[in-house]
Amino acid sequence: MPFEVSDLAELDAPDKEYLWTLNFGPQHPATHTTLRLILTLDGETVVNAVPHIGYLHSGFEKLGEHLDFNQYVTIVDRMNYISPLHNEISWHHAVEKLLGIELTPRCKYLRTILAELMRIQDHLLNTGTCALDLGGFTAFLYFFQQRELIYDIVETASGQRFHTSYTRVGGVAFDVNNAWVDKVRSFVKGFAAVHAEVHRLLTRNRIFIERVKGIGYLSAEDCINMGVTGPLARASGVLRDLRKDEPYLAYPDLDFKVVAAKDGDCYARYLVRMQEMVESIKIIEQCIENIPEGPVNVDAGSKAVIPAKPSVYRSIEGLIQHFEVMMPNRGFASPKEEIYAATESPNGELGYYIVSDGTPRAYRARTRPPSYIHFAVFPQIIKNHQLSDVVAVLGSLNIIAAELDR
Amino acid sequence: MSAEDALKSKFSGDELAFSQFRDNHRVVVPAAKLFEILAFLKNEQHFDMLAEVTAVDYLEYDGAKDRFGVVYVLVSTKSGERLVIKTFVNDPEPLLPSVYSLWKSADWLEREVYDMFGIRFSGHPDLRRILTPDEFTAYPLRKDYPLKGRGERHNFPVLTRAES
Repeated sequence: MPFEVSDLAELDAPDKEYLWTLNFGPQHPATHTTLRLILTLDGETVVNAVPHIGYLHSGFEKLGEHLDFNQYVTIVDRMNYISPLHNEISWHHAVEKLLGIELTPRCKYLRTILAELMRIQDHLLNTGTCALDLGGFTAFLYFFQQRELIYDIVETASGQRFHTSYTRVGGVAFDVNNAWVDKVRSFVKGFAAVHAEVHRLLTRNRIFIERVKGIGYLSAEDCINMGVTGPLARASGVLRDLRKDEPYLAYPDLDFKVVAAKDGDCYARYLVRMQEMVESIKIIEQCIENIPEGPVNVDAGSKAVIPAKPSVYRSIEGLIQHFEVMMPNRGFASPKEEIYAATESPNGELGYYIVSDGTPRAYRARTRPPSYIHFAVFPQIIKNHQLSDVVAVLGSLNIIAAELDR
Repeated sequence: MSAEDALKSKFSGDELAFSQFRDNHRVVVPAAKLFEILAFLKNEQHFDMLAEVTAVDYLEYDGAKDRFGVVYVLVSTKSGERLVIKTFVNDPEPLLPSVYSLWKSADWLEREVYDMFGIRFSGHPDLRRILTPDEFTAYPLRKDYPLKGRGERHNFPVLTRAES
C-alpha cells in the first residue's frame, strides 16, 4: 500500500515508542541523486517508508511551454540523464506525431540504433550500480568502461558525449558517417565478452544472490494496477513492451524478443536487464548492416524542418526556411490539437502529452516519467524488509531523480 | 464491441464527445459522470492500467470555454488499446473525484496535478503537495503563474544555525 495517513497515526501510538525513525538521504551514496526517505524501523526491519521528493524540481514542464519544439530538446535530455538521447527521441516522436511527419527510413534506423544504445547504456549503469551498492565493485567498472565506448559513439554522431540535443523535428542534427558505423560495429563486437564476464561475476555469485533474491517482490497485478511499466513490469511477468505493442521507428522490421521473468524480485529485474542488453545488441546488429541510404531529414517541403546547411548557404529558399524556423517571432503552424505519444524508454513507458495552440511552441508539454510512477511503488515493496535491502530495492527500481522531479 | 461503442450505448443519455486524432481515441466526459465512466471502463472494459493523469490550464487558449482540462490515459494490457478520457473543471473550487480506489497509480499522479494546478481530488487518501515544499502557496503550472516566479524563494523564512 502506498503511504496512508492512518498508518502514521498507528505508528505514533504510545505502545509503538520502541520504533526508530531514520532519515535516509537526501544526500546518501546509495540514493545516487537526491532522494529522501523517512524510514520507520523496528530493529532493522522497515515497517514504513515515506518518500519525500521534489529536491530536483526545476520546472521543466513550465519551460516546455516557453521553448519551441526544437529548443525544448535541450531540456528533455536532462530528465533521464542516464539515457539522454532516448528522451530526445521520445520527445520528437511525440512532436512528429502531432505534426504528422513521417521520418525517412535512414532516420528511423539511425534513431533505432541510438535508442538501443541508450537502453544498453541505461541497463549498464543500473546493473553496475546495483551491484556496486551491494559491494560488488568490479562489475561496475567493467560496465562503465562499456559506457565510455557508447559516449564515444554518441560523440562521433553529435559532437557531445552526454547531453547531445541531437534530434530535430523531422530528423537529426547531422547525418552519421562511416567512422561512426565502424565504431558501432566494434562496440557490438566487443560487448558480448564484457557482458559474459559480468554474468560470470554476478549471476551465480552467492553474495549477490543472497542480497537480491526474493527481495522487493512486486506481483503482476500490482504492476498493472500501479502503472508500472518497462523492465520492472516485465520482471513480474507483464508481457508489455511498446516496441512490440505500439511499434514505432524501425521496430516493426526487426527481429527481437521481449524479455520477461516471473519472480518479480530484484534478482529477476537484474536478469531481465542483462538479457535486454543482449536483445538490444541483436537489434543494433540488424540495423547497422541495413541502414538505408538517402537523406536523413525529411524533405524541406515540410515547413517544420530545419533545412540542410548547404541549401541554407546556396539557395534563397533554404535561407528563408532556416530563418522561418530559427527566429523566435516566426515559426511554423502546428495543428491545434492534443496528443499523447509514448515510447518504450529503458526505464518504461516514457510518454508526452502535448497540447498545441497552433504555434511551434507547446501550450502544455507534459512528461509521463517512468521513474515517478515507479518510486510511488517503493513504500509498498520495502515493507517488512531489512534496512540493508533499501539499497538493493532502490538500485533495482532505477530511480533517476532528475526525471522523478523534473 | 469496442470500448467507445460500449460507452456510447451505456451512457447514451450523457453528453460524451468522441474524437480521434492520429491514433489517440479520445472521449470528453462531463465531470459529474467521470468516476462512473472510469469505473465502468475499468471493471467492465478491462482497462486495467491508468498510465497517466495530467491537467491543462486553458486560461490563454484560443476559444476555450473551461479553465482546466484533466486528462486520463487508460491502457488495456490485454488488448493493448488506449483511451484518453478528458473532463473539464472550473474555478473557484476545481474538484474531481479521486480514482485511487480504481487504480493505485492515481496516488502520486493526482498529487502532482493538485500540486501544480490546485485541482483537488475528493476521496484521495493523502492529498499533499509532492514536488514543491508544503509551505508553497502557488500552483506553478497555472498559466497565470509567470515563468520567472513571484519571489516565493525570497519570502522563505531563513533558519540560522542557532534556531535549527
